[in-house]
Amino acid sequence: MAEPVLTIEHVMKKYESQTVLYDVSLQVHKGEVIVIVGPSGSGKSTLLRCINALEEIQNGEIRLGDQPIRSGAKDLPQIRQKIGMVFQSYELFPHLTVMNNILLAPMKAQHRQKEEVKAEAMTLLTRIGLADKADSYPRQLSGGQKQRVAIVRALCMHPEILLFDEVTAALDPEMVREVLEVILQLADQNKTMLIVTHEMQFARAVADRIILLEEGKIRDDTTPEEFFDHPKTELARRFLQSFEYSRTSKGDNQGLSDRPRIPSAQYS
Amino acid sequence: MQSLGLEVLFKGKNFARLLGGLWTALQISLISIAISMVLGTLLGILVGRKNGIGRVLMRCYLEFIHIMPQMVLLFIVFFGTAKAFGWNLSGELSSVIVFSLWGTAEMSDLVRGAVTSVPVIQYESAMALGLSRPQVFRFVILPQALRRLIPQSINLITRMIKTTSLVLMIGVVEILKVGQQIIEANRKSSPNAAFGVYLTIFLLYFLLCWPVSLLARQLEKRWG
Repeated sequence: MAEPVLTIEHVMKKYESQTVLYDVSLQVHKGEVIVIVGPSGSGKSTLLRCINALEEIQNGEIRLGDQPIRSGAKDLPQIRQKIGMVFQSYELFPHLTVMNNILLAPMKAQHRQKEEVKAEAMTLLTRIGLADKADSYPRQLSGGQKQRVAIVRALCMHPEILLFDEVTAALDPEMVREVLEVILQLADQNKTMLIVTHEMQFARAVADRIILLEEGKIRDDTTPEEFFDHPKTELARRFLQSFEYSRTSKGDNQGLSDRPRIPSAQYS
Repeated sequence: MQSLGLEVLFKGKNFARLLGGLWTALQISLISIAISMVLGTLLGILVGRKNGIGRVLMRCYLEFIHIMPQMVLLFIVFFGTAKAFGWNLSGELSSVIVFSLWGTAEMSDLVRGAVTSVPVIQYESAMALGLSRPQVFRFVILPQALRRLIPQSINLITRMIKTTSLVLMIGVVEILKVGQQIIEANRKSSPNAAFGVYLTIFLLYFLLCWPVSLLARQLEKRWG
């Protein structure tokens, strides 16, 4: 098998006295879409933040290709240019227009020509239906629009891997879909992605691999079919049940797990 | 009808003298403001960082200036240093020192507040894009901090201009002092001079500070 795009080896992350990640190891190969799920507080977001050294790790190593990613290292900005990250709260720069948000890093960090990046940005904005918003400010956009712009901003850096940190968690339900569909398109284009999400239907549709993280440890690493239809571990079963609803006070009082999952929005 | 006492302004060079006094006050303000803006910005950025002893010293300085009335500071610098060290500072120099100390303290507080008001995750998202630290500061943090800072610092400027009226207490002949002299000199011929002269001074200060204050409000509205 080819060299992994991203290698995480025995990563340990501690805040003060609390350990958030214990000995996490993971390899991401080119074109792979990995979805990380798990209860809140399990360390999913921390793991993503460690990958581009927004968090310092206390032990282990993370490599992009064969380049180690170390916080405080001189070459960190260069490495980060190859790792796109999209945040839960969008984090567009409020003082810049949509276009200038997108242009900033390619021009300043990669020293690319404005016209070239602009043309690329316009193509991408058109694809997500926001070409007419190029000169708007972030405050004039809806949450879903902002998040799609944030994805385009990350894409324009031509990253080798994209990290999505609960990108729909702050959105109104009706805007979730427009963002997730953009990510599905990216999966179709064979982008390498690491996605933290609570949208299980989406996870199933987009993932090549599902990672279950709990209390800072990887508890399951399997295909979406296995994970959702034949969960092997008790933990996975319990986790999946937490997304189901059932009225137990009525009728035969059967357990939660026997009820069929509520068919909600389907992603394909 | 009672006279408003405005006629004294047209006697001799009185009005020109009043404007001269205003110019003295303005000079002290402008020099102090210039010093305060530069030093305050530097200090504000430095204090925003975490380093032990410097931070403690800064805190002491800021607290001291905040607590002291400006008038007391003026007396300390003008009279106090003369007694204690035998320095013979002019009233103007003492005023510039005091107003610069005060303005620098306030300004550094404003700068610190403006820089820390930009959420940490804005730094993070800019760094995640691969921008270097200086680039993050220059293209992402500073423009956002400035939008917050400019209206507030203009506000500080008007307060500094207004407060220079205190320097007459240490013998600087600024507009208020000139006004008093005019009133004194015309006590007999124009008993109402106090009203006319102070009204004029009020209007002059108003004309000076109002546009500045309007500008601040405009900027606040645009960037708020």
